[in-house]
Amino acid sequence: MAQYEAVIGLEVHAQLKTKSKLFCSCSTRFGNEPNENVCPVCSGMPGVLPVMNEKVLEYAAKLGLALDCEINRKSVFARKNYFYPDLPKGYQTSQFDLPICEHGKVEIETSKGRKTIGVTRIHMEEDAGKSIHSASENVSFVDLNRACVPLVEIVSEPDMRSAEEAVAYLKSLHSILRYLDICDGNMEQGSFRCDANVSIRPLGQEAFGTRTELKNMNSFRHVQKAIEYEIERQIDLVEDGDAVTQETRLYNADKGTTHPMRGKEEAHDYRYFPCPDLVPLVLDEAWIERWQAELPELPEARRERFLREYALGEDAAVQLTAERETADFFEAAARAGQSKARKIANWVMVDVAHLLNDSGLTLADCSGTPESLAALVDLVEGGTVSAKSAKDILSEVLRHGADPKKLVQEKGLVQESDTGALEGIIDAVIAENPDEAERVRGGDKKVVGFLMGQIMRKTQGKANPGVVSKMLAKKLS
Amino acid sequence: MKISPEEVARVARLARLDLSEDKVELFSGQLGDILDYMDKLGQVDTRDVEPLYSPVEHVTVLRPDETAKEYSREEILSNAPETDGNHFIVPRIV
Repeated sequence: MAQYEAVIGLEVHAQLKTKSKLFCSCSTRFGNEPNENVCPVCSGMPGVLPVMNEKVLEYAAKLGLALDCEINRKSVFARKNYFYPDLPKGYQTSQFDLPICEHGKVEIETSKGRKTIGVTRIHMEEDAGKSIHSASENVSFVDLNRACVPLVEIVSEPDMRSAEEAVAYLKSLHSILRYLDICDGNMEQGSFRCDANVSIRPLGQEAFGTRTELKNMNSFRHVQKAIEYEIERQIDLVEDGDAVTQETRLYNADKGTTHPMRGKEEAHDYRYFPCPDLVPLVLDEAWIERWQAELPELPEARRERFLREYALGEDAAVQLTAERETADFFEAAARAGQSKARKIANWVMVDVAHLLNDSGLTLADCSGTPESLAALVDLVEGGTVSAKSAKDILSEVLRHGADPKKLVQEKGLVQESDTGALEGIIDAVIAENPDEAERVRGGDKKVVGFLMGQIMRKTQGKANPGVVSKMLAKKLS
Repeated sequence: MKISPEEVARVARLARLDLSEDKVELFSGQLGDILDYMDKLGQVDTRDVEPLYSPVEHVTVLRPDETAKEYSREEILSNAPETDGNHFIVPRIV
């Protein structure tokens, strides 16, 4: 059987986090009543003129700088012509032959190591509205709130060879957009959407195979599954001697399959031409310098620094820097506490992550500060409370901002680590269980646990197990 | 430059224009004449000339990212061919 490799390119649409739309002052707020965020410009009334939002330009250029792109000092808006009721003007204002950014790259990390994925271009464009189709009434309802909301489209080179690489690229891009704070990255609400171009070719062949375009993937998991399915489907076709048809296919999340988009697939003819309503966009060198200076430390650089500065493992550094919020929280906690950064990192990645996952909250929803997490970890590391007790009160500390020191006192969770106070109890337990004590002296380690249990019971679980274990070993050696 | 009636019909379809057959014939001739006339520009050597994207001299007009609501939904929907008070209603698309 011939060996095949997949060739994957991604087109990502990211909604920019501006207050107002791309070419008018309507609000971009999600969830408003239908057609409340609409004006004559974004509803395509005759005689109106678009005026560009300066934040859109700034955000698009900053993304380009973050992805190492060339920033075109002159870029041009073009009209992409097609008819659809949620596109009231009859064209989408986009960019065509002179986009704002070109020739960038995204670094990814997979199980096969590091790889650089090329970014062909980034251009600015407006989103379309939303239509709801009613079969019973035989009409479509159109809501133009989303029409003219600003997007950037990021087009990759066909550099990815597996679903894993595609997802790694998407996650990397997602992380950068969130670090730049220019996109909220919500895939379910559609503020971060992805289409995938997938083809296969026999290993070693230079020419590309016929590609299909996959749509309707609303999570990283969907992207992974859809691409995996599509690669298998294409290999099966070719193995059976059939040809892959160039078409758009929709992912079906319930079945985990892809199927051709319904309806006749007209070959598109968008008849792009420069938009006469918008003058060319010429960038001032001073703006670019300012935007470059304003770039935050990006995930890549932050990961490197975390490795050096906090002596974290590679996996921990990757996990902690994926989201800016998590990285900021970890770093503030690591700086505030006395404990080793590795200990704090474990708490953030395991216990805090579980808590957020189970409650559906984000760090921003929690009133607990990084300083209070650091204080809690310090209590554990200093032997004041057991790790178990600390985990029990983590929710109160993190979600409700309780002071860990006070809480530990109030709940009587302070561990008994005082050897003087523990001495009598340990002696009593040994005296009450002479046979077991003798067996431990004889080298039977299994019985130690039983004696520990008795001591814990007598102290209502407050004895510091480390201290007790050491004392017991000394007494029964 | 010759524009075939088929091409005229295709462009008309893309622009959602319903043209009768004699109009298609007429426009095929007229569009060909216009393109012939424009072709004269091809005689000028433009190798070192930057493409002109806009005849207007000024560039980069920007506005601050501020919101304003200038029209009510009622006003916006008043131009709709059909509405339920919330949406534009159009013949079913899918």
